[in-house]
Amino acid sequence: MGLEAVFGDTILTTQIDKVVNWGRKNALWPMPFGLACCAIEMMSTVAPRYDLARFGAEVFRFSPRQSDLMIVAGTVTYKMAAVTKKIYDQMPEPKWVIAMGACASSGGIFDTYATVQGVEEIIPVDVYLPGCPPRPEALIHAVMEIQKKIDTESVIDE
Amino acid sequence: MTAATTQQVMTINMGPQHPSTHGVLRLILEMDGETVVTATPQIGFLHRGVEKLAEHKTYHQFITLTDRLDYLAPMSNNLGYVLAVEKLLNIEAPKRSQYIRIILCELTRISSHLLWLATHALDIGAMTVFFYCFRERETLNDIFEMAAGARMNLSYVRIGGVARDLPDGFIEKVREFVNDFPARIRDYETLLTKNKIWLMRTKDVGVISAEDAINYGLSGPSIRGSGVKWDIRKSEPYSSYDEMDFIVPVGQTGDVYDRYNVRMEEMRQSNEIVRQAMDTIPKGEYITDIPDVAMPQKENLKKSMEALIHHFKIVTEGICPPVGEVYACVEAPKGELGYYVVSDGTKNPYRIKIRPPSFVNLEGLQKMIEGRLLADVVAVIGSLDIVLGEIDR
Amino acid sequence: MADVSTIGKKLKQKFPQAVTKVKTFRGELTISIDKDYIGRVARFLHSDKATDFDYLSDLCGVDKSRLDSSDTFEVVYHLYSLKQNHRVRLKVEIPASNPSIDTVTNVWKTADWHEREAYDMYGIIFEGHPNLERILTPEGFEGYPLRKDYPLKGRQPNSLREVYRKGEE
Ligand code: SF4
Repeated sequence: MGLEAVFGDTILTTQIDKVVNWGRKNALWPMPFGLACCAIEMMSTVAPRYDLARFGAEVFRFSPRQSDLMIVAGTVTYKMAAVTKKIYDQMPEPKWVIAMGACASSGGIFDTYATVQGVEEIIPVDVYLPGCPPRPEALIHAVMEIQKKIDTESVIDE
Repeated sequence: MTAATTQQVMTINMGPQHPSTHGVLRLILEMDGETVVTATPQIGFLHRGVEKLAEHKTYHQFITLTDRLDYLAPMSNNLGYVLAVEKLLNIEAPKRSQYIRIILCELTRISSHLLWLATHALDIGAMTVFFYCFRERETLNDIFEMAAGARMNLSYVRIGGVARDLPDGFIEKVREFVNDFPARIRDYETLLTKNKIWLMRTKDVGVISAEDAINYGLSGPSIRGSGVKWDIRKSEPYSSYDEMDFIVPVGQTGDVYDRYNVRMEEMRQSNEIVRQAMDTIPKGEYITDIPDVAMPQKENLKKSMEALIHHFKIVTEGICPPVGEVYACVEAPKGELGYYVVSDGTKNPYRIKIRPPSFVNLEGLQKMIEGRLLADVVAVIGSLDIVLGEIDR
Repeated sequence: MADVSTIGKKLKQKFPQAVTKVKTFRGELTISIDKDYIGRVARFLHSDKATDFDYLSDLCGVDKSRLDSSDTFEVVYHLYSLKQNHRVRLKVEIPASNPSIDTVTNVWKTADWHEREAYDMYGIIFEGHPNLERILTPEGFEGYPLRKDYPLKGRQPNSLREVYRKGEE
């Protein structure tokens, strides 16, 4: 943010950290990268019963340029890999990634010629979410883990 | 400036990351102004190599993979595959399990159509329907969870029957849903069926004639929308569907609106089928007692040594059907879902070819949107109800 | 379901050289056709009023090399008649060394993608197909994944994988 150049690691910047992190973690804008079955559970998570809005993360943006949390929900194939990377690159910093489901985390049950064995081959992942598909509660948990992670970050590190 | 005077064709890329392509479909559109000149679908972004993987699995193991083809209707996929294997083995599932299969298949049909309605309406701009549909879907997911232990991807069907009997309280829960549901459909219909905007966006859009629909190999609601009265549950009944009383709704013009109406009516019919199946479900076994091919009943594992041995053998070694080839098809929510299974007598299938309805239905897209406006593309894709999981396999 | 057993006989009368084998297994009729005749047979079955196979359910390839060590591929057609409500399966053997066969897209339009898929997975060339390109695998993919000699976890050459990951510029 350029602040640290002026103030260094002082009380002012640590307090700013708190404010900025509070804002970031309570207004996550996910980019729903729905690829396969997991995407349906992701939709259930925003739908009435689980209502991701309670955690401030309901504004699903299909444009990567407006979002800061990428939820990779589904199997990433080699054909899709380039697209995945491109979309990740288009997201502005700071950004986080949830690998939702066994497929995105590790290739899942599809250990074949066509499937990328885990999306971390292509982009960095912050939270791995097991399950095939993970339940909506689990996705909410993953979002909360991201929020915790945001809390520990500092504008100075950027 | 009119399009005709400029004669400039512009190429637009749509997808594979686009909310209205229902997954990872990519369309290359050649546009003349707002009019679509050609539309070329590009698929394969979710090609996971399922058919190759099948050749390395045992017959039982492959059931879990079928869920992940059309993940909106896992039961139909399970059933189609298992019916093919049962045909190969020349066995039949007990009556009770056939009825259980009907109940769950029809519930998945409703669930799949609900998701179609939710996303189709959302694409066209009606947000409320999405929330309503997902409310009902959650109830259905609870029901599936009761029976199979999972909200999605049930893997509930087994060769020769189903995984376990219906749990206590299941029928009551389903009955509650079945009694409620007609009123819910009426809710959706008040929002859409006579809605001016809806009519303008769907009427006479994406028309395909019956003749073309047959030639392009369309199936399911997509062909019935064009007035072809063909439903595999009626024409080649499987799993006791001949004992159910239901009608097959058809459209007339074959536009988006007709396909919408067909699916809405199908939900009602499915609801009635579930009711009938629940009323008449016979008592008896839920899986056949043929030790070499069918899993033993779970309760017997605790009591009988033979059952334990058979279970162990089936799980570790698998089953070896006779040499031969069969094709079995079911009426999945999206159309004719076929499995062509070739056996060489070993425990692994020699070849499994899946005939996915969405794959073939999508082929008709080109025909439907040529000469239409860009905005219609979204409506037409929605009306085909595609699932990329089974298109790409 | 109508009785399908007559179809084999009928076809034999019409094209004596074309039909190499007729077999029924589990109530399903399978007719093996000679490679050179598939176009004519398809058109006949499609237009004849008694058979009336107006609907092509499925078309796929099979690699027979491990089944009878014959080093042949097979193209399998599943036909259905909406009016007569009957099904038949046609099988055509082609040598793996020269896997080519006539297209049936001029009879059933739906064959287009099916044939592209068979080409993608087995490398079977369909003569006269309007646009025979790979359909499921990515551009630049090497090999034909469903052939029996292609390994399940066959990875693409590293250079190509880099392209997939980074995206072509
Ligand atoms: S993890 Fe399971 S549910 Fe999720 S995309 Fe993969 S196969 Fe589908």
